[in-house]
Amino acid sequence: MNKRQNGYPEMDFSYFPGCSLATTAAESNQSLMQAAQAMGFNLLELPDWNCCGSSSAQTMCRNLSLGMAARNLSLAPPDRPLVAMCPRCLHYLRSAQKCLQQAPLTRRELEERWGRPINVEGEVIHFMEVLVRHGLDRLQAGARRSLKGLRFVPYYGCTLFRPPRLKNESYFEGEMENILASLGAEPITHALMYRCCGSFLSATDPEIVTPLVNEIIDSAAAAGADCLVTACAMCQLNLEIRRTGKTRIPVLHFSETLALALGADDYEKWFVRHIVDPRPIITKLVQAA
Amino acid sequence: MSALTLQPASAPAAIAAAGPRPSFLEEVRERSGTEFSLCYQCQACANGCPFVSAMDYRPNQVLRLVQFGMREEVLQCKTIWVCVGCHTCSSQCPMAIDLAALMDTLRLLAVEQGVPVGKPNIIDFHEEVLRSLEKYGRAHKLGIMLGYKRQTGGWLQDLDVGLKMLAKRKLELFPSRVKAGGEIADLFRCYWRESR
Repeated sequence: MNKRQNGYPEMDFSYFPGCSLATTAAESNQSLMQAAQAMGFNLLELPDWNCCGSSSAQTMCRNLSLGMAARNLSLAPPDRPLVAMCPRCLHYLRSAQKCLQQAPLTRRELEERWGRPINVEGEVIHFMEVLVRHGLDRLQAGARRSLKGLRFVPYYGCTLFRPPRLKNESYFEGEMENILASLGAEPITHALMYRCCGSFLSATDPEIVTPLVNEIIDSAAAAGADCLVTACAMCQLNLEIRRTGKTRIPVLHFSETLALALGADDYEKWFVRHIVDPRPIITKLVQAA
Repeated sequence: MSALTLQPASAPAAIAAAGPRPSFLEEVRERSGTEFSLCYQCQACANGCPFVSAMDYRPNQVLRLVQFGMREEVLQCKTIWVCVGCHTCSSQCPMAIDLAALMDTLRLLAVEQGVPVGKPNIIDFHEEVLRSLEKYGRAHKLGIMLGYKRQTGGWLQDLDVGLKMLAKRKLELFPSRVKAGGEIADLFRCYWRESR
């Protein structure tokens, strides 16, 4: 807590990247790290983390699903919150935590098997929650590039926007708009921002997903958006690889827009990983400045 | 009075075990934690579902089949596998019925009871993912997609997308691996592995 960033003390968080951010969406991970650093958040990667189990384990075997998520909880030190960026990972980590709180015998059995305690009381939160709780001032203090004129469709992804077991979990509705609008961007909310991207059907049944994705992209174009901004790496991927229409609208990760606003200048390194080229956005920002 | 209160503690369990097995409806209600007798067939779920055109029964029809106790029809239908759990239905239901939780439970029952699955390619995909997790502890997407194609054929379908993703280095050639492989192997001594 000694070092300071823009006058704010540094804060430590455990960080669970998850399989998507570690591979297909590495650009989201890179930009998140830069943005977090610029705001004085230390995201300390969970050592030797494993996949959260995802929908595959959840569908095929509940014990496996619980065990995979629980192992990650057992790796998280109790003295700081565990932060995830992937909404689905967040959901499975939280579900496992809730389950183990109610099943002390299962918890003890797993703890004995691994020879270490499982963190069942600590907080498991999305990075957006870190921002909303601690980061809004830091973001303003660190902003180096105005997002003025950037017309974006906020696209949260289902798990963040409509969390499973709806009544008991916090919603993030409106937060992305508030955060990016405070940096000068202009939210466009009359597009299909709530429509599901197709999830794993994109891998198994692309013919179901393609028309849905095209509708989402076309609705953003019709609303005059420059880009969509997603909080979920899988949504980002599906919206890019399953569009077949003529409209080409870039789909940015939420973390990328943060990093851009905080002045990142190596954005070309992540932009080359996009299937729809996001560089026109930079041109627009430069012209607006 | 005392004869009523001094039941041995194990009696209710013993009676339950000897009694008839719970009906399909009770089983689904219990495991999903969802009270679906509240449904009055307004069809908000079906009208909001993005995937309804790929389903054989609309979500409200699935719910009706469960109410009627039609176990086989429900567990063998396509709908429960086309559902990805986006929760649009659950958030739109005026009676706050968590249809997504219902679908989740029905998938699990279908797997457990080994019924013929309405959309086998989705099970193939999930199994391919689990094989990857068993080997590495993390998902290796290139391996998963190649394995899935090997099982289902259709190598040419999506070749363009695969090549684009490779060119953008979105598909890692080599898997990233959890160091504590023993702990992962141990987790896989589970129902899924043993039922294969």
